[in-house]
Amino acid sequence: MDNIRSKAIVAVKDWGQWKAIIRHKALYMLMIPGILYLLINNYIPMFGIIIAFKNFNYTKGFLGSEWVYFNNFKYLFATGDAFIMTRNTLGYNAVFIIVNLFLSLAMALLLNEVRQNFAKRFYQTTLLLPFFLSMVVVAYLVYALLNPASGLVNMSILKPLGIEPVSWYLETKYWPYILVIANAWKGVGYGGVIYIAAITGIDTEYYEAATIDGAKKWQQIRYITMPLLTPVITIMTILSIGRIFYSDFGLFYQLPMQSGTLLPVVNVIDTYVYTSLTTLGDIGMSSAAGLYQSVVGFLLVLLSNLLVRKISPENALY
Amino acid sequence: MESKKTNWLIHALFIFCSATAILPVLLVAAVSFSSESSINKYGYSFIPHEFSLFAYNYIFNDPHIIIRAYSVTIFVTIVGTLACLIITSALAYPLSRKTLPYRNFLTFFVVLTILFNGGLVPWYILFKTYLHFSDNIGALIVPGLMLNGFSVLIMRTFFINTIPPELIEAADMDGAGELRIFVQIVIPLSKPVYATIGLFATLAYWNDWYNSMLFQINPDNFSMQYVLQRILLNIQYLSQNTRSTNASSSLAALPAETSRMAMALIAAGPIILVYPFFQKYFIKGLTIGAVKG
Repeated sequence: MDNIRSKAIVAVKDWGQWKAIIRHKALYMLMIPGILYLLINNYIPMFGIIIAFKNFNYTKGFLGSEWVYFNNFKYLFATGDAFIMTRNTLGYNAVFIIVNLFLSLAMALLLNEVRQNFAKRFYQTTLLLPFFLSMVVVAYLVYALLNPASGLVNMSILKPLGIEPVSWYLETKYWPYILVIANAWKGVGYGGVIYIAAITGIDTEYYEAATIDGAKKWQQIRYITMPLLTPVITIMTILSIGRIFYSDFGLFYQLPMQSGTLLPVVNVIDTYVYTSLTTLGDIGMSSAAGLYQSVVGFLLVLLSNLLVRKISPENALY
Repeated sequence: MESKKTNWLIHALFIFCSATAILPVLLVAAVSFSSESSINKYGYSFIPHEFSLFAYNYIFNDPHIIIRAYSVTIFVTIVGTLACLIITSALAYPLSRKTLPYRNFLTFFVVLTILFNGGLVPWYILFKTYLHFSDNIGALIVPGLMLNGFSVLIMRTFFINTIPPELIEAADMDGAGELRIFVQIVIPLSKPVYATIGLFATLAYWNDWYNSMLFQINPDNFSMQYVLQRILLNIQYLSQNTRSTNASSSLAALPAETSRMAMALIAAGPIILVYPFFQKYFIKGLTIGAVKG
């Protein structure tokens, strides 16, 4: 008796679910193009990672190519490349995160102190300019400064000072600084805008009360603004740490203008994957490096999201 | 008195920073308006030693490359942005409806694409070899750029926060179908998020060189930014792809440094002129994005 009843309940529930689905059929239809796109652009390539374990052959295709299991990874980690590109990726990103956080925060805090509205808007607009330029244009700007024969630095700064011109595109030792500066130049405006928005969101009553109590400007920053910004700072930082295994491909690919000598200091995982695929045509190595990045990157994203969830659940991705 | 002093200090600092942001662009402009001989003699400088329009004359003498690349970029940007807005919002809106069966599963389907990806190689082989996105204009529009999980989540959050469920219920009572509710009620109420996602997409398509580099062989389908990259690496690209009958003589006269910088200015110009006007929406979008995801 009970059995029949529970079956009936299940059946009614199923029927209810079906009715709900049918009632929403127009909504499901709306979703079809987007879901198809994600299936093709994202999900099929996820399964395509099996080629990292295969000796891929275009005529045999994804499924037909023979398995070589971990051979591609063995070759990848046997060369020094794996170590160098991992070191470069992690090293640059760590410095980028710290430098850009510090500068964006400074920009936001100071810009908040500018009283004249016109000046404030002007500074914000100009500081945001680099964000809108493509990396190709940024590469031109760097070239205009560093071009060895006629660039601004060699001809208009070093020459008058009597210093020998530098072959910027052949000297590895300067590039870590060049890349950090270029990345900050391009990204600080964007970061600053996010923190300015967060500061604008702070209730002005806090500051009014503090002013009545005689708190000085820097005390207000120290005891009101900074503590209230901490959650945003923490989340932004954790999220960028979650992406630390992925680099800005354009920055590392465009700025050095394909100078081979610079490779040891500018090669990151993304550029390695790209050049092994397109220039060397080495699908095995390239897909192995790509999978290495995807898996470690995935773990880091999961971990960082777990942390964000602990601190502020509404900012977590899932 | 003290605060006035710090005030000036802050202004001085920001003037310095703003200058750092703009000066490289001004340097490129100054070089493009110099004569090639003065550049060879004195190097680049912020004020042209010898003013000249020769680089622009040279480029616009045969503007075929620029016209072609700009047509490609404008077409790709318009079609891509519209497609992006349509499929992103059509996916995000149902996910914002709390009554939708399997809503959580479908949301996870979107989120997973942000967390994990298969990497460049399978993606590239799929689009190039299996789906034949090579050497056609679709290769600049479809792969990678048309939809991303982040935009879907931003739009979904916006719909959840701004469209009251009662409104949809009321429209439903009045006999409006789901499609009509979406097009006539939801979209007009959601203009800000459409503006924001649309701007993100426009910027991504306008500044894209990656898809051209990966998928295109025929220079006629290169986007502006990729043509610019080719010119940076090899200035001869400019003279090799002209249609003038006396190609050899134009090669001899090619003002290498100044015309290169002139091309940079021609390619970056539109965005530099336009961004101050739409940055307002952009900033709004950054803050929506910062709140969620």
